[in-house]
Amino acid sequence: MNIHEYQGKAVLKQYGVIVPEGKVAFTVEEAVKAAEELASGVVVVKAQIHAGGRGKAGGVKVAKNLDEVRAYASEILGKTLVTHQTGPEGKEVKRLLIEQGCDIKKEYYIGVVLDRVTGRVVIMASEEGGTEIEEVAAETPEKIFKEVVDPAIGLQAFQARKLAYAINIPNELINKAAKFILSLYSAFVEKDCSIAEINPLVITGDGQVMALDAKLNFDSNALFRHKDIIELRDLDEEDPKEIEASKFDLSYIALDGNIGCMVNGAGLAMATMDIIKYYGGEPANFLDVGGGATTEKVTEAFKIILSDEKVKGIFVNIFGGIMRCDVIANGVVEAAKQIGLDRPLVVRLEGTNVELGKQILNESGLNIVAADSMADGAQKIVALVQ
Amino acid sequence: MAILVNRDTKVITQGITGATGLFHAKGALDYGTQMVGGVTPGKGGTNVDITLENGSVVSLPVYNTVEQAVEATGATASVIYVPPAFAAEAIIEAVDAGIELVICITEGIPVLDMVKVKRYMEGKSSVLIGPNCPGVITPGECKIGIMPGYIHAPGHVGVVSRSGTLTYEAVHQLTTRGIGQSTAVGIGGDPVKGSEFIDILHRFNEDPDTHAVIMIGEIGGTAEEEAAEWIKANMTKPVVGFIGGATAPPGKRMGHAGAIISGGKGTAAEKIATLEACGIRVAPTPSEMGSTLVSLLEEKGMLDQVRTVK
Repeated sequence: MNIHEYQGKAVLKQYGVIVPEGKVAFTVEEAVKAAEELASGVVVVKAQIHAGGRGKAGGVKVAKNLDEVRAYASEILGKTLVTHQTGPEGKEVKRLLIEQGCDIKKEYYIGVVLDRVTGRVVIMASEEGGTEIEEVAAETPEKIFKEVVDPAIGLQAFQARKLAYAINIPNELINKAAKFILSLYSAFVEKDCSIAEINPLVITGDGQVMALDAKLNFDSNALFRHKDIIELRDLDEEDPKEIEASKFDLSYIALDGNIGCMVNGAGLAMATMDIIKYYGGEPANFLDVGGGATTEKVTEAFKIILSDEKVKGIFVNIFGGIMRCDVIANGVVEAAKQIGLDRPLVVRLEGTNVELGKQILNESGLNIVAADSMADGAQKIVALVQ
Repeated sequence: MAILVNRDTKVITQGITGATGLFHAKGALDYGTQMVGGVTPGKGGTNVDITLENGSVVSLPVYNTVEQAVEATGATASVIYVPPAFAAEAIIEAVDAGIELVICITEGIPVLDMVKVKRYMEGKSSVLIGPNCPGVITPGECKIGIMPGYIHAPGHVGVVSRSGTLTYEAVHQLTTRGIGQSTAVGIGGDPVKGSEFIDILHRFNEDPDTHAVIMIGEIGGTAEEEAAEWIKANMTKPVVGFIGGATAPPGKRMGHAGAIISGGKGTAAEKIATLEACGIRVAPTPSEMGSTLVSLLEEKGMLDQVRTVK
């Protein structure tokens, strides 16, 4: 799960990470009021969307007085920012972070991530602050320093110092930087983050080490133990169909094509998208109904697919393990009854209770095209939507 | 032979009194697996009676701890169906009790819990399969997990996969072509897990009953690339690969916690290129995993020896 920069900074602050003073604003008036209250002379007006690259897209402005705050806030609020992370459709700005300006001496990068190869948390640091870490990794990988954390003892102070020295933090600020890194690691572990990235980390003219930006992602599997983080979810940042799907514990991701997919199992769901594409079609979504789905859940999944106007046909591809084919069949029939099936439907069933599932579909009176295999089903649905 | 499990493997179920644990304990018993008991803290001393498809009733003893279950039953394998919040601890309990093979089916375990589990298991001899996996089956001998048993047939092709349903797909394609399997192993879709491709490939390579392998990967991480390099250097048996997620958009978690392209890394294209560069034949679609293996084995003159299904 993703949160906004201002929320991330608030979370980090709880763990002792130094961040600039700031306030969130939803309107221009709130933005001006926030700037007044900060009383810091220069303030920064920052668009809050769940995507990086905001600065380059015109979503971050430095205001020298309240008139400029008003002007920039009016300009950015409601604007659709297109960055390399938003896709071409961009994202509309509905929130601003009004933050005190600071006297930046130098920018650095600190990131905490999970390293899949070692199965451990890794702290990454670089002197190349402000640049994307992927870019640094590609062009000057020798400028990225890493410390692997032993989960039995956690990040050690010496490791934090090693990183601080490696990226040439000035001597007098080493201890502050080390404390910053240790606090960031604590936040990562205690809040079950999947990424905690500070880019840039800055040192200021008055000798502070602070997070000028903050990107926090959380492990969705761990949200059950972080009610405070769940509250930070911003539904405006998500696809309405994905929100609907998440209510029913369905794993759904909207895509751009016109063939709706309902599949059990994440691997098979991905492979179903791939095979549709292979035969010249375009998948409209990823949808894994999961192993423990009920008829109700399948019905909802079907409704979500049909609610997408782009969808010109549906391919149901089930290989029943835990998921029984009769449950899927009942869900399909139920959904079709409730909302009417006005588009071609190809169903491929295999696995547990397959004969019962096929029987339910056959006796339903619905216009369903049966498929013998994934390839057969994919070719049939691609032909039907053309 | 086969790997990991066989007809002599004695298995307990952690979480046996839950609906899922019970349902799959029955499935395992129906298949002929030696299920010898279960663990649910607080339910020790009771029994669960399971009515099999053939009408007979099996009464399995329930224990409060894995240690007690091992002592009483001599189980060497455990399968875990406990809810995600408690599953990591269940794995640790099984390892602590000296269980040789721990198979964790549970999906949704927080990844930092698995980081601790992996650290705890360092230096211990237990093998963990999963979590977030379908389990392990040696056809005709032992089924531990949630896979539909009837699609499998005994034979000589090993299957290893990050995806449950794609494993079934591959197995089904093999069986319907007359090709049985030595063992099918689902290693699971989480980013931090017990066994990786290489661990399982290593076992298949050593197993005289396994003559060829299908390896099914997906986007995210670099485990397929590492496996490909390992295969090139060590594997004496033909391997066919498939990688799911060629059409997955970057930055989105595709169902599995581990299936995500992050920072442009972990794409299907990269993985397929590495597999092919290492001499592994990659099935162009998930429908062609079986046929790709058939044509490869035909070229090598090995097809007859893997046709074990009458």
